[in-house]
Amino acid sequence: MSIWEYANPVKFMRTSGAVLPWTVAGAAVCTVTGLVWGFLTPEDYRQGSTVKIVFLHVPAAMMAINIWVMMLVASLIWLIRRHHVSALAAKAAAPIGAVMTVIGLITGAVWGQPMWGTWWEWDPRLTSFLILLLFYIGYIALWSAVEDPDSAADLTGVLCLVGSVFALLSRYAVFFWNQGLHQGASLSVQSGERMSAVYRYPLYLTMLGFGLMFLSLMLVRTRTEIRRRRLAALQAREMRA
Amino acid sequence: MIALLRRDLRLAVRAGGGFGLGVAFFLILCALVPFGVGPDTSALQPIAAGILWLGALLACLLSLDRIFALDHEDGSLDLLATSPLPLEGAVAVKALAHWITTGLPLIVAAPLFGILLHLPAAAIPALLMSLLLGTPALSMLGAFGAAVTVGLRRGGLLLSLLVLPLYIPTLIFGTEMIRRGQDGGDTMPPLLFLAGITAGTLAVIPFAAAAALRVNLR
Repeated sequence: MSIWEYANPVKFMRTSGAVLPWTVAGAAVCTVTGLVWGFLTPEDYRQGSTVKIVFLHVPAAMMAINIWVMMLVASLIWLIRRHHVSALAAKAAAPIGAVMTVIGLITGAVWGQPMWGTWWEWDPRLTSFLILLLFYIGYIALWSAVEDPDSAADLTGVLCLVGSVFALLSRYAVFFWNQGLHQGASLSVQSGERMSAVYRYPLYLTMLGFGLMFLSLMLVRTRTEIRRRRLAALQAREMRA
Repeated sequence: MIALLRRDLRLAVRAGGGFGLGVAFFLILCALVPFGVGPDTSALQPIAAGILWLGALLACLLSLDRIFALDHEDGSLDLLATSPLPLEGAVAVKALAHWITTGLPLIVAAPLFGILLHLPAAAIPALLMSLLLGTPALSMLGAFGAAVTVGLRRGGLLLSLLVLPLYIPTLIFGTEMIRRGQDGGDTMPPLLFLAGITAGTLAVIPFAAAAALRVNLR
């Protein structure tokens, strides 16, 4: 029993089909409960009710970064071990990551308007998120531009590797370029200073919910890609016969 | 390798090669900016560094598709791939040729355009150093983008979408260095960052670009 067994599409389809209802249910329960709980929390003494945006903003931003990391790992697995499921999972994850980035940016703008008095500020964190969105867009565009699926997987894989290096580099370069308005990490394991438990627990729940939501969406999209591949193979066989 | 370099340079310089078009584009951009923002020194001086670097970026971008596209069309890229010279070396040489034909003329012309944009004379050395250290990275990254998009029909627009985000760190450190030269600040940290980015791309990008080319030639 090893993780590489799931590189077999048949095995992947069977297992993901069995797991999928549970992750969907878990995502729905965690996200809805977390958001409702978050909505019922008391208002912050300085930020008022706007603090509740955090329950969408932070999970989306967290997933935006984690999805890129997942795509990087999947691209590496494809480039090194040539497992098709891995390449398809990276392809399936990219639009979800782009949407998460957009959600993070929009909720941030809605929150920034009353708190900082501006929709947008060229702050390092905001800027690096915009750059991340550009990388997502380039990655998705390259997938749709290349016709041969294996070449597309190879090229996007290489792009993902190079892009990761430069996305990280840009992240530190923008700190050099401009000092920030955005606060540092709100949830940190090391630092003692944290947000109040009233907000923290619903936030953990929505983060878990967003994680499960990504997992479900990614599985559904990967299954669709595999079925599309099978369909294309069947059609090609029919053409030859 | 030297033969390849000389061939690429000769092709670029001869008629239809587009040599000098980058500089002409740079000149037009610098001439248009005052129409957009007004001719006052107070309006031009703060943005001169940014305009010069953006001009260099765009001029470099415009000539990128030439790196591999023509050779791909007439089949000489396949010959290069099967030649004893490793493809990584060929990529590096082609990026170097691109830099000599577009980056180097830009660097020579940049002080002149800096004066057009009222860049103070004190910032000229920083401008030259930043371009000298930064533009090789632009050519290398551009060669990677060109290698990824070489076989595509609608490659041009995609190329800019892929390459421009990769240019962000170079742009940040390049303009920061000129700005510091302008204000009399310490230009050493951005200079070192620029040199680091260029050295890093020189070391890594030929492999990535050659991998992408092999996929496209398959």
